[in-house]
Amino acid sequence: MNGHLGRRLLQVIPTLLLVSILVFCLQQLMPGDPALLLAGEDRSPTVIAAIRAELWLDRPIPLQYVHWMWGVIHGDLGFSWRIRQPVLELVQTKLPVTLQLGLMAFIIAVGIGVPAGVISAVNRNGKWDYIANLIGLAGLSTPNFWLGIMLILLVSVNLGWLPPSGYVPLTEDWRQSLSTTIMPAFVLGNAIAAILMRHTRSAMLTALDQDYVRTARAKGLGETRVVIRHALRNALVPVITLGALELGTLLSGAVLTEQVFSIPGFGKLIVDAVFNRDYPVVQGVVLVTATLYVLLNLAADILYVVVNPRMRGA
Amino acid sequence: MSATIAQRPAELAMRPQSPARIAFRRFCRRPAAVIGLVIVILFIITAVFAPWIAPYDPIKTSWTAIRKAPSALYWMGTDENGRDVFSRIVWGARASMLAGVVSVAIAAGIGVPAGLIAGFIGGRTDMVLSRIVDTMLAVPNLILAIALAAFLGPSLQNAMIAIGVTAAPVFMRVSRGATMDIITNDYVEAARALGNPAWRVALRHVLPNSFPPVLVQSTLAIAAAIIAEAALSFLGLGQQPPQPSWGSMLNSAQRFLSQAPWLAIFPGAAIFLCVVSFNLVGDGLRDALDPRGR
Repeated sequence: MNGHLGRRLLQVIPTLLLVSILVFCLQQLMPGDPALLLAGEDRSPTVIAAIRAELWLDRPIPLQYVHWMWGVIHGDLGFSWRIRQPVLELVQTKLPVTLQLGLMAFIIAVGIGVPAGVISAVNRNGKWDYIANLIGLAGLSTPNFWLGIMLILLVSVNLGWLPPSGYVPLTEDWRQSLSTTIMPAFVLGNAIAAILMRHTRSAMLTALDQDYVRTARAKGLGETRVVIRHALRNALVPVITLGALELGTLLSGAVLTEQVFSIPGFGKLIVDAVFNRDYPVVQGVVLVTATLYVLLNLAADILYVVVNPRMRGA
Repeated sequence: MSATIAQRPAELAMRPQSPARIAFRRFCRRPAAVIGLVIVILFIITAVFAPWIAPYDPIKTSWTAIRKAPSALYWMGTDENGRDVFSRIVWGARASMLAGVVSVAIAAGIGVPAGLIAGFIGGRTDMVLSRIVDTMLAVPNLILAIALAAFLGPSLQNAMIAIGVTAAPVFMRVSRGATMDIITNDYVEAARALGNPAWRVALRHVLPNSFPPVLVQSTLAIAAAIIAEAALSFLGLGQQPPQPSWGSMLNSAQRFLSQAPWLAIFPGAAIFLCVVSFNLVGDGLRDALDPRGR
């Protein structure tokens, strides 16, 4: 088990290194000279030359990368051109908002997706299986920004139950905080619920076919107990790993959801940065997101080994 | 050689038990997949014949018809500039279909050859290519697409490039997996034993047989690309106004949610219907082409 985890840990390093190169290269795609952009009105050659020297833009590209990477390793993600703040600080203030949203979304997704998958597998090819699959397909095919707008229309505009936009931090007023985030969290969790439902269904179908389930039934255990204690516990193992892969969907979805509900999180940060042509922020957000995603996947792999006894010998 | 290639599809069609025919028959046995296919074809027709189908000009504004509710005159109402929503949705189908097809073509154009090379040659080549793919998959794809579109500049063309590039890794994986599976077959061994050069074995014997999984992936990827284009346009990084696109229509609809809800309902419904249909076709194709399924 240690060997497996060790290998997995070692794999993360080149991946993160390549991610950093990818993020750095994004800058090369940019049309025009960043120094010219930064100089604004003042286009005198001396000012531009000074900016180029300060940002190392006058050095060869590999050297620029090393310089940039050196900063990143030391916690310097660059400086926002627009907001005039270190990118790391921006990330630190926005990330908790998105994490709260993401966590709530994940709870909602598991709360809907796993039971729906179990019901659908137990009633294989029955009415409920059909209905669950239909809802699952709809969930996968609905663009979440549209779902968000439709929910605002129904719940906020027509019924007036919840505020249509805005955000209150959890530490300030938890009731207000929940009422501003419950709708976006549902929108965000919806697509993942559909994916989790599909995974749970197929894992449950496999599990229900196993000998130990037949043994449990033969022992005279009640069907609910067989399904939940025997089949579901085993079925959840693949669901955990496959579910972790959807964390990327969660982060992507957060961009759109935060935009629809005007939530000042990580996703809003990148969109605003894109429109302000604040490239260091865009780079910083992409780098942090990718690192987070890689690490979360690693955590899921470790969890997989922990919950799956067969992997322990490996 | 070109003559033999030209003859092949004809031969396949004439043989009553060709795999394509079996798959087609199995596909037709699934009502959901057939419904999906019919709707997809309707969307394609809409996109191609948009100028003849749309009752009004999708761009020309009219100050006498601002935010009119759906009626017999304007089936889906009019927008804040007095443009007919139905006409804009019809023209928007063009942007969406184009984005779906072009970005998937880009993705497959990069991913399939890379996967074929990785799977066929293996060893160090495979390792390097797989690492690159892992890296790209490490960045959530919409965020990568946003970053790419941002650095390339906002336009429909750049959105398609961004979506295509971010979707390529999955095609590489599918094609690599299929290639590795196919090269263990006897006919590949036989082709090699006959003294065919490696490129010929790869292109003539392996590539055509990796077609089914790539086709399934393409259909599902078109659905994802349509959502991605709508998302980028919604954020303002895709099709630029006043050119109609479903995503940007939703963006401006947000401001008039209480006064003109139809502006938000119809474009979203169009995206949903289109994406569901492509997903139904993709699921149907997967089941029909799966040699294990009956």
